[in-house]
Formats: sequence, structure tokens, C-alpha cells
Amino acid sequence: MNTRAIYLFAGVGMLYVLTGVLLSWNVSLNILILGLLSAIMALGVNMQWGYAGLFSTGIVGSIALGGLAVVFVSGNPVPEAFAAGGWQAIFGLVVAVAGIAAAVAAWTYMAPGRLRNLVVAAILIGGFFLYRGIFDPAVERIEAFDPATHGNVGGFGLNSIWAWPVGGLFAAVAAWAIGKIALGLREDYLAIATLGIAEIVITAIKSEDWMSRGVKNLVGLPRPWPVPYEVDMQADPGFLAFCTNWGLNPITTSTLSVKGIYIVMFAIVLGVLIWLLQRALNSPWGRMMRAIRDNEVSAAAMGKDVKRQHLIIFILGAAVVGMSGAMYVSMLGQLVPGEYTPLRFTFLIWIMVIVGGSGNNWGSVLGGLLVGWLWLIVDNAGPLIMSAATAGLADGALKSHLVDVAPQLRLLTLGVALLLVLRFSPRGLLPEK
Amino acid sequence: MDLLNALVAFLNFVFIPAASYGAQLAVGALGVTLIFGILRFSNFAWGDTMAFGTMVVILFTWLFQSLGVSIAPLPTALLALPFSIVVTSVLLLGTDQVVYRFYRKQRAKPIILVIVSAGVMFVMNGLVRIIIGTEEQNFADGGRFLISAGDFKAWTGLAEGLAIKGTTAVTMVTALLTMVALFWFLQKTRTGKSMRAFSDNEDLALLSGINPDRVVQVTWVIAAALAVIAGTLYGLDKSFRPFIYFSLLLPIFAAAVVGGLGSPMGAVAGGFVVAFSEIVVTYAWKKVITYVVPQSWAPDSLMQLLSTDYKFAVSFSILIIVLLFMPNGLFNKGK
Repeated sequence: MNTRAIYLFAGVGMLYVLTGVLLSWNVSLNILILGLLSAIMALGVNMQWGYAGLFSTGIVGSIALGGLAVVFVSGNPVPEAFAAGGWQAIFGLVVAVAGIAAAVAAWTYMAPGRLRNLVVAAILIGGFFLYRGIFDPAVERIEAFDPATHGNVGGFGLNSIWAWPVGGLFAAVAAWAIGKIALGLREDYLAIATLGIAEIVITAIKSEDWMSRGVKNLVGLPRPWPVPYEVDMQADPGFLAFCTNWGLNPITTSTLSVKGIYIVMFAIVLGVLIWLLQRALNSPWGRMMRAIRDNEVSAAAMGKDVKRQHLIIFILGAAVVGMSGAMYVSMLGQLVPGEYTPLRFTFLIWIMVIVGGSGNNWGSVLGGLLVGWLWLIVDNAGPLIMSAATAGLADGALKSHLVDVAPQLRLLTLGVALLLVLRFSPRGLLPEK
Repeated sequence: MDLLNALVAFLNFVFIPAASYGAQLAVGALGVTLIFGILRFSNFAWGDTMAFGTMVVILFTWLFQSLGVSIAPLPTALLALPFSIVVTSVLLLGTDQVVYRFYRKQRAKPIILVIVSAGVMFVMNGLVRIIIGTEEQNFADGGRFLISAGDFKAWTGLAEGLAIKGTTAVTMVTALLTMVALFWFLQKTRTGKSMRAFSDNEDLALLSGINPDRVVQVTWVIAAALAVIAGTLYGLDKSFRPFIYFSLLLPIFAAAVVGGLGSPMGAVAGGFVVAFSEIVVTYAWKKVITYVVPQSWAPDSLMQLLSTDYKFAVSFSILIIVLLFMPNGLFNKGK
């Protein structure tokens, strides 16, 4: 950390303080929570891009998979639904995976030729119908159970802090599969392929009602340990006595302290990650990654397995992003698939990484906090500012249109910001050393 | 009779929708492939360029409607096309001057241009949402049906109806004219030939005195025309929502890659390959099969391979299969 970094972080800190003083501390802390989460996502993306030069546009897919993990780990168990078709559905999925594995094995081990093509095609087509035959009836039975409140297979009902590593694992497995397929491709093909995978993941979460009730949203996911609920705090005599002692309003104090606990937890995760990443970056492994990024050919000539290293960093980055996705859903307490749009969760994270400084972990954190603040402040202050700006206009269609579209200004602003940084300061606010 | 019914149902629910969607994708993929061939990057802003062009068409359509100008039974949007092409060309040429030119002169890596185009995507998306809002806009006026299902049943006495929507006919004819014009331009005119030369071998083209700036400008103008036409045809056929155009990026890229990026002929073929696969895989075949097989064999299930929600999975699978096994595309052998 040099002086420049300290000034920049202080500046961003001032933004949050000003928001707290001028608007409300609740809003400011809320934005800070999401800013910290964005910073973790940006760290994951920075691993892929900054360390290895891999451009993935599937970030939103990793984030959504992390969120899905919370549903499975912490969702309320629905024993009736699981009994109706849980094992059969799992068996169906195992069949599907086995079918794909068999096809891959046939492709790898058989001699090239027409026979191989036929065998692989037969395995895939036969496997698909077998899978549908086992899987579909099971899903039908699961979704038939009490569709108004359930219709999903249910989770383990564990504390949602356990979902964080599982979210990372989910995203890592998906990244392994897509990495195996797409990492050998040209870099802009990788971008297109990951865009597609993310689209499929989101579609699955939206339409596979048996997992997470799809667009009907799964609500009531428990908070991670040790975060209390505001209602419980306000009913706690000890807390009330504490508030009267210090002359505090119990309602505000409870909401602020819940947010404070989240901030501390997320900050700890962020801190540990940064520590690990800084160590990794300065280790022989980190030097090798940068060598591969800067010149693949010479790194390969030095005996480094470029493809393997790319796969490893791709998986690790996705795992970090997936974990942050799980943290996000465990904090929200619900999975809202409609929220996962590429603009918000892929390209916005990219802007954070690039504006912050690709290749620099502190830069990603700065970008996450700064761009996250910019994005979210518009929700709260945008209409106010636009109303003020259009106060001189006569009431009418134009004025109401302008106030309505005020939140969209952020797309324009952030796009321009990205273009300006790329043009005039391509290494970002905090350049890599 | 039953076979005829099956054929009509197939035409009505599979062939005609797929042909119309395929034509829209083909025009869109032509733009992607042209930009890739000349400017050598995958343009992530393409979907939002289409949205911008369509928005301008809608604005002009509203203007003409308020002035009482109409070319019924054709949709007024066709009249608005040339105006939108001019506006969108100005936008794209401006973007090139302000944004892309700098990286071209630097000879930046393609991936940098991809990221830059994501920035442009944000700006264009913001512009569209600010100007026209986020709601759905329906701007298809003009004749609803060329042949309606009811009329067809009355003429032929078949149980199945064959409907040809006015927008389908407009799509097919406009797309065909666009492709013919583009191929004529690329094959026969001096500028078109210089563009192909530039795409094949930039250094050789520069040595033979081709002006790269001019080639790039012409490319952007043609791309603008293609974006406006593809976006408008899609919007007329379905409807216009600013964020739906972003998700068209995947099938359009798939179409361009299937045909081999940089190959216009491939893009057209790719558009139809993607559209037909998507609809064949997501169509519920029960109706057609019930007509063909004996009654006792009639299926109970919908006979649908994948639910329509997963149509992107189809484009994606095609994309991956082509990338893995035929990286140069189906129509670019030996290159």
C-alpha cells in the first residue's frame, strides 16, 4: 500500500461517511455491505483476468450457483417432497453425468473414425432419453407436493454460513467443466462460451422449480451464524436495557448493529482472501502465473503447463466468486433468480476490476467499493437529484419520463467511466506494480 | 389427409417460424461477421446496437403515424428504416472515431477491443433506456396476416391451419433483399472487393493501396444498416424490449461462429442452422406425430426434447460443438 492507495481508499471512505451523514446511516451501511461483497467478487474476477488474462463473461453464473448452494444447504427440508422423488431425481442426474463421462471416455480412448462418432452420438442420445425417463417423473412428483408453498426438493436446513464454502464448491465444479471445454479456445471465443454457460445456469435456476421454486422465489432462508434478527434483539430485555442506558433508539440500534455484524463478517472474509492472494501473488506460483499471462509461448517453453495452470486459476477465481454469491443470498434470505442479469453481475464486476486496476488485489477492492457505491447510490439518491435538476421544468410527460429513467443514467455513466479508464489509464486507479 | 395435416402443422409451427427467426439471426450474424472480418474483434455491443437502431425506427414510426403517413398494408417501420440507418451510422462512426480508432492504431489485442466493446454496450444500453424507457413497445402496424389460419382451413378443408403473419412475409422479403444487396456489394463493387481483400490479408491489402480508414468506415455503415434491419425485423415479429436484445447476442454469435467468423455466406447459413435447431429441439412434436403414426401409437407426452426456456442451451451447444470440432466453422474449410 502506497500513499496513492491510502488517499484513494480515504476518498472512497469519505463517500460512505458523506452518504451516512447526508442521507442515512442505514443506506450507507447497506451499500457498504454490498460494496464488500462486490469487492470479493472483483477479487475472484481479478484472479482470472489480472493473474492469468482470462476474459470470462460468466461471472453471473458463478454468483447464481453460489446462491443456489444456500438453498440446498440451508433451505427448510421438505421430507415429503424428497421422499416423493428426491432419490430418483438424484439418480437421474447421476445417470446424466455418467452418460457424459462415458461419451468423453469413448471420444478419448477410441480410435478416430466413423465408429467413434457413432458410438459417442449413440451414448449421448441414448443417455439423454434415459436421463429424461428417470428424471422427469421424479421432478413431476416433487413439484406436485404443495406447490403453493413448496414444490421444491428442500434443503438440509443447516446454518447458512456452511453454504459459503459450498457455494464456492458449486461454482468451482461448474468452472472445471466449462474450463475443460472452453479454455483451449481463442480468448474471445472463451468470452462467448462463458456468456452462454451463464445464460444456461440462470435459465436453469429460473425454470427448474424443483430446486429453488424458480421465479416463484425461495424466501425464508436463515441468516448465517452469528447474525441475530432485529425483532429478537428488540424483544431482548438485556438489549433494551443497554439502549435505555445509553439513550439509544432500540429500532435503529438493532438494524445498524445487524448491518455492522455483516460488515465485520464480510470484512474478515475479504481480509483473509487478500492476505492469501497477496501471499500467492508473491510466491513462485504467482510469478509463474504472471509469466504465463505476459507471454504464454515463452512460459510454455520453460516447461510450464499453461493449459493446466489456466484451468486451476479459472476454477479458483470462480470459487471465490461463487462464495460471494452464497454470502449475498444468505444475507438477503431469499433467492431471486430475476435479479441475476449479466449487466449487473458480470459486466459491472468487470468495470470494478478494470477501474480499480487489473492485476492488483487492492485495486479490485477499491473498484468494488467505489463502483458499488456509484451503482447503488443512484437507487437512493438518483430520483432526488433528478427531481432537483428538473425542478425548473413544467410538470408533464418529459419531466416524469426523466425522473423515471434517472436510475438508467448509471449505465451511461459507468460505460463512459470504463471507456475513459481504458483509454487514459488502462492500468486502473491502482496499477499493478 | 393426416399426412397433409401433419405437413401443414409442421410448416405452421416449425418451418415458418424457424425460417423467419433464421432470417433475423442471419442478418444480425452478417453484421457480427463483417465486424470480425474487418475490425477483428467480437463486438459485444452488437445486441445493443440493434436495440438502438430499432429504437430510432420506433421513434420515426411514431412520428410518421402522428403525421398520418402510412404505407399500409406494409408496416410503417419499413419507411422508418432508412432514417434509422442514417442515425445509427452516425452513432457507429462517431463511436469508432472516439473509441475504437485509438485501439486500432495501437494494434491492441482483440480481447482489449472486446472489453472496450463491453463499455460501448453499457453506454448504448443506457442511451436506449434513457430515451425510450424500459417498457415493452409494440410498433407493428400494417396487415396482420398474409394468410390467416381460418381462411386456410376454409380453402383446403384441412383440420390444421397455416398462418403466415404479415411480419413473417416482411421479414423474409426484407432479409432476402438485404442479403442480395450485401453480396452484390461485396462481390461486384470496388469498395466491396477492397473490403474482402482487407479481411483476407490486411498487410497485402495495405500494400496494394487500399485505404484502411475508408474500409473501416464503410464497414461501420454497413454494420449499422444490418443492425437496424435485423433489430427491426425481430422487433416487428416479436416485440421491442431494451434488454431482450442483449440476449440475442448468444444465438447471433453462435450463427456467426457456425458459419465461420468472417465468412458472410457462413453467417447466413449459420443463422438458419441455429434457428432451425432451436425450434426443432424446443417444439412439442405431439401434434405432428399424432397425425403420422397409427392412433394406438399416439404419444401421451408432449414429445418435447427441451422446454422452450432452454432455447439458449441449443445455440450454446451448437457453438461449443462447432468450436471444439470445427474451429473454422462449417463453411470455411482449409483456411
